[in-house]
Amino acid sequence: MLRLADLGKTYPNGVEALAHVSLDIPQGEIVAFVGGSGCGKTTMLRLIAGLESPTSGRIELDGETLAGPHPSVGVVFQEPRLLPWLTVAQNIGFGLGGLAKAEREQRVEEALLRVGLAGYGDRWPRELSGGQAQRVAIVRALVARPKVLLLDEPFSALDAFTRASLHEHLLGLWEANKPTLLIVTHDVDEAATLADRVIVLQPKPGRIFAEPALGLTRPRDKVGHEFADAKRRILAALDGSLQATPAAGKTPEIAGAWW
Amino acid sequence: MASDVTIASPPDAARNPRGVGARRVPSPRALIGFIIPLTFAVAYEAAFRAGLVEARLLPPPSRVLKTLADLAASGELFAHARATLLRVAAGFALGGAAAILVGAATGSSAFARRLLDPTLQALRAVPSLAWVPLFIMWFGIFEESKVALIAVGVFFPVYLGVMGAIASVDRKIVEVGRVFRLSRVAMARRILLPAITPDVVIALRSGLGLGFMFVVAAELMGASEGLGYLLLDGQQLGKADQIVAALIAFAVLGKICDGLFAAAARPLLRWQDSFARVSAEGEG
Ligand SMILES: Nc1ncnc2c1ncn2[C@@H]1O[C@H](COP(=O)(O)OP(=O)(O)O)[C@@H](O)[C@H]1O
Ligand SMILES: [Mg+2]
Repeated sequence: MLRLADLGKTYPNGVEALAHVSLDIPQGEIVAFVGGSGCGKTTMLRLIAGLESPTSGRIELDGETLAGPHPSVGVVFQEPRLLPWLTVAQNIGFGLGGLAKAEREQRVEEALLRVGLAGYGDRWPRELSGGQAQRVAIVRALVARPKVLLLDEPFSALDAFTRASLHEHLLGLWEANKPTLLIVTHDVDEAATLADRVIVLQPKPGRIFAEPALGLTRPRDKVGHEFADAKRRILAALDGSLQATPAAGKTPEIAGAWW
Repeated sequence: MASDVTIASPPDAARNPRGVGARRVPSPRALIGFIIPLTFAVAYEAAFRAGLVEARLLPPPSRVLKTLADLAASGELFAHARATLLRVAAGFALGGAAAILVGAATGSSAFARRLLDPTLQALRAVPSLAWVPLFIMWFGIFEESKVALIAVGVFFPVYLGVMGAIASVDRKIVEVGRVFRLSRVAMARRILLPAITPDVVIALRSGLGLGFMFVVAAELMGASEGLGYLLLDGQQLGKADQIVAALIAFAVLGKICDGLFAAAARPLLRWQDSFARVSAEGEG
């Protein structure tokens, strides 16, 4: 269980990026966070990742308070952030320093196989396409078998086809060890495809606005009307979050910002 | 993975499109660069043979080559080149090592930067050659003052390069290290060091170039051996052929040293897209 307890973050410059966020996420759940720009999605993930510290509240994982990066929490950034001087295999094994060599190599091989990159182990990151690089980034975070994986708009730089294929890969990887996934997205379709729960955030300060019910089963039937209904409910909640923003009237471009 | 199909050719097909050996053979286009110097050499030689030019100020290629051959045969060329090389090596090692240490400190610690950088920038404003009188007073006119001058010349570009390289390490990559909970030492070894290596290699190469520049200055100020001594000796005795021979020896030596340095660094930079191309062009 990942617990956010009254989490708040005010940056040194006075921006209240996140305020009073409380959320319980059972182990293995896939949660999508959606919301317009600046509603604190990145800040929330960075707090859970331990890259920033909260100014109020707590983050607990299975009862343990998280302070700083934790071995049970993996991160996938918007960009792959592969280390360009390491081969693909070395990148995947980057966080496995504590394991014996044989075990490490085996996990890396397995990971490459699972994301359809068998034989790519000794390539350089620059030789990969965007989608391939992001797959490597995902397995780099997952080979360490974290309980929680944080993904901040991981597919937003990819084209629609690549994105759809990465959804499949991500769900396939999730099946293996069922980590909790927290994924930030601008894409309503992506949220409905991946998530068990969708949480809509609202800016200034960043906080939870609504949790529209999805009513979907797995595997998702993306052409059925349930899927379309779920997407409509997410959209409606998103619209609501933007209406409710005091600044929305003054800066109408915000409404389009997340599109 | 539908969309990746087009990009994902079988691993070996796409691997290393530039064969490592392929760029060793100069293409005919690279030879275009030889046209002007060769034409000039041939024309000058012909003009000299026809008695159209006077050899005293600029000797014909044949005479320069003969002087070079004589110097080489007598072992003098080797001895002078050796003396010059040893000075450059000592100055480069001292100046480069100091620059890497200080640059690493100022690049990675704001305190060290505030403490040291203003002083170093002030010292940098002194043209390196202006140190010569002081160095001669301090270290005498022999090797020490020469090495000190070369070290100073090497220090600043390397210092700036290393400090800049560390300061410009991608914060996003450093964050990857933080996510994997690297210790300070591991962060330096596994993230910072590889990240700055390309810039440090470039800084050291330009430092090496300056080392050769300053060894000439040092040797011109008085030396009993070294390629700079050959220059000076040639000037005093009016032997233009010896001067040109020394110039050629300097050029060849500098180029060889730079090439060796680049070759030694290449394994560290294999991952870099641009490096192979840039240095291959540099050598072509
Ligand atoms: N490092 C920072 N320092 C100061 N303000 C920040 C910083 N990071 C984000 N912010 C501000 O916090 C708010 C939330 O940002 P962010 O978490 O990036 O939102 P999102 O990811 O939802 O777009 C924004 O107003 C942003 O300008
Ligand atoms: Mg963001």
